[in-house]
Amino acid sequence: MRKRSLYSVFIAAIVAVGAFSIYAWHPSMAPITPPVKDQFAADVIAQGKVLAAAGYCSTCHTTPGGSPYAGNYEMHTDFGTIYSSNITPDVQTGIGNWSEEAFIRAMRTGVSRDGHHLLPAFPYEHFNKMTDEDIKAVYAYIMSSVPAVSQQKTDNGIPFPLNIRFLQSGWKLLFADTTLFKSQVDESAEWNRGAYLAQGVAHCGACHTPRNALGGEKRDQMYSGAAIDGWIAPSLTASSKAPLKWRAADFDEYLRTGNSSFHGSAAGPMAPVVHAGLSALSDSDLKAISVYFGALAGNHSDNPASSPELKAALESQQLPDPRIDNGARLYAISCQSCHYSSNELNKGRPLLALGSALHLDDPTNLINVTLDGFRANQGITGVVMPAFRDALSDEDITAIATYLRQSAGEQPWPNLKQKVAEIRLQPRFEH
Amino acid sequence: MAKFILNGKPVAADVDGETPLLWVIRDELDMTGTKFGCGIGTCGACTVHVGGRATRSCVTPISAVEGASITTIEGLSETGAHPLQISWQKHQVPQCGYCQSGQIMQAAALLKDIPQPTDAEIDAVMSGNLCRCMTYVRIREAIHEAADSMKEASHVKIA
Repeated sequence: MRKRSLYSVFIAAIVAVGAFSIYAWHPSMAPITPPVKDQFAADVIAQGKVLAAAGYCSTCHTTPGGSPYAGNYEMHTDFGTIYSSNITPDVQTGIGNWSEEAFIRAMRTGVSRDGHHLLPAFPYEHFNKMTDEDIKAVYAYIMSSVPAVSQQKTDNGIPFPLNIRFLQSGWKLLFADTTLFKSQVDESAEWNRGAYLAQGVAHCGACHTPRNALGGEKRDQMYSGAAIDGWIAPSLTASSKAPLKWRAADFDEYLRTGNSSFHGSAAGPMAPVVHAGLSALSDSDLKAISVYFGALAGNHSDNPASSPELKAALESQQLPDPRIDNGARLYAISCQSCHYSSNELNKGRPLLALGSALHLDDPTNLINVTLDGFRANQGITGVVMPAFRDALSDEDITAIATYLRQSAGEQPWPNLKQKVAEIRLQPRFEH
Repeated sequence: MAKFILNGKPVAADVDGETPLLWVIRDELDMTGTKFGCGIGTCGACTVHVGGRATRSCVTPISAVEGASITTIEGLSETGAHPLQISWQKHQVPQCGYCQSGQIMQAAALLKDIPQPTDAEIDAVMSGNLCRCMTYVRIREAIHEAADSMKEASHVKIA
């Protein structure tokens, strides 16, 4: 009897492994002769160019200063260091011999032309929400307009057994969102357009949605904020810690200019999202995305200019005695010449008490910006914030952050100085 | 190669990306009106405008200003007749003079955002610009006077 049940377990295991293998196995798709430019219509190529920008393809598929789309951009994940693929139309090292079908399969299911599973750092779960027409347009743009570059992909630094590609299909089975985009009939066309772009090509959730221990997006906490690339992507929902509610108009201003006066500026990984990515979209598409997120944030529309929260933030600028409070003293001489608004808000004089950086439970974003500032292509275009990395000590930055956190009416951050020291030593992500 | 616009003219400098903007302005492009003070962004002597906003050039790496438009004291006014430069002379603000280009650049940015600043607003925005000769009282007077003359000028324009 016992022997028989052992047999059944054994047989069941073999059947399960077999079934999984059938599920996990994907055929190689035949290589093709690279298509020529006139195979594609000019307007399709143009549409693909916009979509490739709005999907930040080149941000992750290009090394700093390297050839566009040639891959090897270094990404640090909880599972090891990985390098992006070469997606130029080079036949040997890129995707030059990929058919349109192979490209669509990769974009929808994360399977490479030769049948191996791609890692979920490639947000195929989101690209699967795109229409065939839009995916084909991206294909047309890459194959026709991106110069082919021969560059071998650097091997990923992912340890065994996570590097077994076969197992990726298990990850997909457990965590991947395989549903297509579905319009919501009770929402406006504009909302649906915004949802389509945000969930699909712009893959906002890839950074703003928290992930489980194995890296799957927690879809029941969509856009509620997450740590990404050494930064915190703040919540975009009603759970946002920003003192003033995000309105559709604020999202719109932020996505068009890289800054919202009532909130803050696009820093770190969000800077290229705005300036190298979404800026390619039409104003109406940006507005649609803003309407979608405005709804997720609670559909607020009251003008915050006369709100008690804004009044409190303006009043919080009143400095304590800088001869006593070292943080206030350092703030007065290092920061206040720009970060000071009179009794009304001045665009370009960011009022720090309004930004999420001071209100998040984690001081990471504030420390990052203090250390490395803003370049001209981040935040408000053409304006910079100096980098205080070599000017202020860990003690200095801790004092300023402590002062600011207190003036914003929040409880002190625990282990702040240690955090400053840790972040100072982190490798810098080029964005 | 770093490229940006300096006082309206495109310029380039073959320097490491981490080189402070101040060094490039003074040593590579020979514009010495902007001064080196503390080197850690806490005295204001090196203040220039980047994209129209007062910026400490000693802690701004040159890579950060790629493509940006920068104005130094030399470019504030072609004829040296910015209302602040006029009121500065009238009130005999400078003593040793070292910090003054930074003071004027900071004040010019202040008046763009807050055209009629109160004493408290001047102190808040200007407190990062140190003056070892303690000319602060005259600086404040000169800023008020420039603010008034700019207001009159804008009224004349409207009329």
